[in-house]
Amino acid sequence: MSYIAKPKVHHPSLRKNALGLTRRDYEGAITTLCAGCGHDSVTAAIVQAFWDLDIEPYKVAKLSGIGCSSKTPAYFLREAHGFNSVHGRMPAIATGAGAANRDLILIGISGDGDSLSIGLGQLCHAIRRNVNLLYVLENNGVYGLTKGQFSASADHGSTSKKGEINGMNAIDSALLAISLGATFVARSFSGDKAQLVPLLKAGLAHKGLAFIDVISPCVTFNDHEGSTKGYAYTREHQIELVQADYVPEHSEITTDYEPGSVKNVLLHDGSTLRLRKVAEEYDPTDRDRAYALIRERQRLGEVATGLLYISPDAPDMIEQSEAIAEPVYNQPFENLCPGSAELEKLQLRFR
Amino acid sequence: MRPTDVGSPDYFHKVVDCQWACPAHTNVPEYIRLIAQGRYDDAYLVNRKSNVFPGILGRTCDRPCEPACRRTRIDGKPVAICRLKRVAADQKNDIRDRLPQAPAQKNGRKVALIGAGPASLTVANDLMPLGYDVTIFEAGPRPGGLMRINIPAFRLPEEVLDEEIGYIVDMGVNVKYNRPVASLKQLLDSEAFDAVFVGTGAPKGKELEIPGRHDSDNIFIGIDWLASIHFGHITTVGDRVLIIGVGNTAMDCCRSAKRLGATDVKVIARKTRKYFKASAWELEDAEEELVEIAENHSPVRFITENGTLIGMEFDRFLSSEVDGKLVQVPDGRVVIPCDTVILAIGQENAFPWIEREIGLEFDKWEMPVVDKTTFMSTRPGVFFGGDAAFGPANIIWAVEHGHQAAISIHQYCLGQPLTDRPLSGQSLTPTKMGLHEWAYSNNYNSAKRQKMVHVQMPLRFSKMTIEVEEGFTEEQTRAEVERCLNCDIQTAFTDNLCIECDACIDICPTDCLTMTQDAEEPELREHLTAPADNHEQSLFVSGTLKQTGRVMVKDENLCLHCGLCAERCPTFAWDMRKFELHLPYAGFPVPQATPQALAKQEAKS
Repeated sequence: MSYIAKPKVHHPSLRKNALGLTRRDYEGAITTLCAGCGHDSVTAAIVQAFWDLDIEPYKVAKLSGIGCSSKTPAYFLREAHGFNSVHGRMPAIATGAGAANRDLILIGISGDGDSLSIGLGQLCHAIRRNVNLLYVLENNGVYGLTKGQFSASADHGSTSKKGEINGMNAIDSALLAISLGATFVARSFSGDKAQLVPLLKAGLAHKGLAFIDVISPCVTFNDHEGSTKGYAYTREHQIELVQADYVPEHSEITTDYEPGSVKNVLLHDGSTLRLRKVAEEYDPTDRDRAYALIRERQRLGEVATGLLYISPDAPDMIEQSEAIAEPVYNQPFENLCPGSAELEKLQLRFR
Repeated sequence: MRPTDVGSPDYFHKVVDCQWACPAHTNVPEYIRLIAQGRYDDAYLVNRKSNVFPGILGRTCDRPCEPACRRTRIDGKPVAICRLKRVAADQKNDIRDRLPQAPAQKNGRKVALIGAGPASLTVANDLMPLGYDVTIFEAGPRPGGLMRINIPAFRLPEEVLDEEIGYIVDMGVNVKYNRPVASLKQLLDSEAFDAVFVGTGAPKGKELEIPGRHDSDNIFIGIDWLASIHFGHITTVGDRVLIIGVGNTAMDCCRSAKRLGATDVKVIARKTRKYFKASAWELEDAEEELVEIAENHSPVRFITENGTLIGMEFDRFLSSEVDGKLVQVPDGRVVIPCDTVILAIGQENAFPWIEREIGLEFDKWEMPVVDKTTFMSTRPGVFFGGDAAFGPANIIWAVEHGHQAAISIHQYCLGQPLTDRPLSGQSLTPTKMGLHEWAYSNNYNSAKRQKMVHVQMPLRFSKMTIEVEEGFTEEQTRAEVERCLNCDIQTAFTDNLCIECDACIDICPTDCLTMTQDAEEPELREHLTAPADNHEQSLFVSGTLKQTGRVMVKDENLCLHCGLCAERCPTFAWDMRKFELHLPYAGFPVPQATPQALAKQEAKS
């Protein structure tokens, strides 16, 4: 952490978005994480993505659980709503918030401990329900807050800072999400904002749960030789399968790539995801092949990043539950609570 | 781009905009910090080392530092550097026991300085501690030159002059007052001196030869008129006074006229305000005293009636700016009634006392040919400095000329080649005190520039000697020092420590930092986090970074020196280090690191 706050003054060239806000207006309190923490870079990427998309901060709810990652919603969008839940329960809170107000833009920030250990069941069911949520898993393979024990995402054979070797297999969150039927799965790296920002924007535009696993090194406990989630390791082993450019609605799509190398995916809000196939013969809309290819890369010791899988048209939680089109929160009281007579009628149907 | 060389002092020196802009390279941020700590004596001595006259310059300096100040680019107004200098001078205790002293044993060399202005006094200041026998020949009865006779006492009190000149003269300088040098040849022929320094200024006010110029006794040359007021020869002036010209001398003239009782004072300018030579703050001070400044008037003739000046006729213009240039078209003529006219349209050099056959060349403008680095004329052993060297400039330039001439005189007396200039040096000291603590006040303070309080209007006119500026109060000082951005606390980068985590880039409030593929400077400038369009400000470019082969680029332009990049850096790749520029003075060269020592240092890091 720092004692001084980030000075308010800014570069005169700092631009304003369609709402007249600068990028600085999307910041939050100054970080209290360790200097060099990958999570801070993810925060900066989130700030950039929300600014780029001209999203009013008050329309956003930031949700998190417990852990270093779960502190980060304090560091962006100071004017957004927020809820810091108990450990691993962010998806439940997000589901509830989304059910009550379908217009809310939900962003959940979690970590490998919060999502893959104590909250694993929560994650699975949020994916199954396809809650309209941008789910960012800041993955560093280590329990940083409790001084560096292996987490559930620590790779087999990787070493702790003190040199112990991890003997258990890792839960790969991206493979897990794909196998559970997630409709948007991506993996990125906190040190690569050029890749991460478009993915975050696409995730925000995606209808349903957009799951982004971001390798976000723990500079204090997991950035050493033997670590497989550090800056140097990730840079050496990262391989970008599909490069995603987010193209907002109304923007002219100009393709300056080889014909056949670009695939456009129309998202439900009218924006487009322009996918550049970096790896040959990879189709991010083919779930089985996506799974197989990620596994294959893993066997080669590579970390596959980019937009791994997308299914833009699957129904989200609101559609699945055939909820009313209006957000529930602004329904008149009579609609929400039609009275005991109506209740009795309903109960009669089940007798 | 080639990785930036931060080994030579120039790179970091240039980052300290004020110090870079100051002809004498005064260590401004350092003395401002000392003032902030209440260490006025130390602040004064840091000043005095380079600019010799902190109390005088704290009131009268042309302040090249202030337009350069980085703070201007942040919130529009520079730090009140000059007025803080005055705070140090006003608040200090007796510092005489900390001043350089002349040794009891002289070195046997004799030097003559002609004119007791700032340039000569600086030469004396630098040479006396080395054991030189220094004699100053001064035409007037007291030392100080233009600082004394041309700058009115309401801007610069005599006590301040006497004190600071006293520090130099009291080292045992032999000052011969009322002794104008009538012949340089004679002085040189006497062979009494090993070297001679000419610091006689630009003592001749420019004439305006238009009809009627010599028809009245109420038309004066500005600098002569100011000198006459100083000596008490002039104590009154007409009611309606016109000042022709709009430089800083004109400002002193118009404000002096107000104090002599003039009721209607107008300053007449040929061009528009943008082109005025006077400093913005001197214009403001004059206008505060209800002096009217008229643009677009060009003098045609003086109008006298029976030997009495009654007015002046001017051509008028309409001005416009076309492609950034002033275009003036005639707009008729006008007569402005007046009783007195002061001509303040510039100064010239005059050397009637230097014979032209003594091997001292003059150019076609009748200026001595003086080497810009060594300050020696074409006659070996005769040096020039201050306005006498290259025409009218200002006090701080005269001081710097004096320092350089002193170096030359010393080398000349030792028989060393003058072009072999002593080099400056730098030191970089870490300022980290704790996890988040630095040895300087790194938090950005949004205070606005403090306004100098002036003595109330009717009272200030009652005497010529009432100093108008009251000086900063303790409260104002406390606020103003915090506006300084500590540009000397440098962001030092070690490329092989960087793990490219982006923390510095994410935290930088003014988007100074970028990690990018290396390119040539023009291309780099366009592709940074924020465009680097101030080409006067340097780009720092690191060596290649280990993980991605990119480079770290820093645009120095708007760095607040808040230290957040270093605070957020997990590997110490960024550090805040205090830069100190070590300047050579006569007899005090800066020790230079030998190649072996440099190699050793390299191996260590």
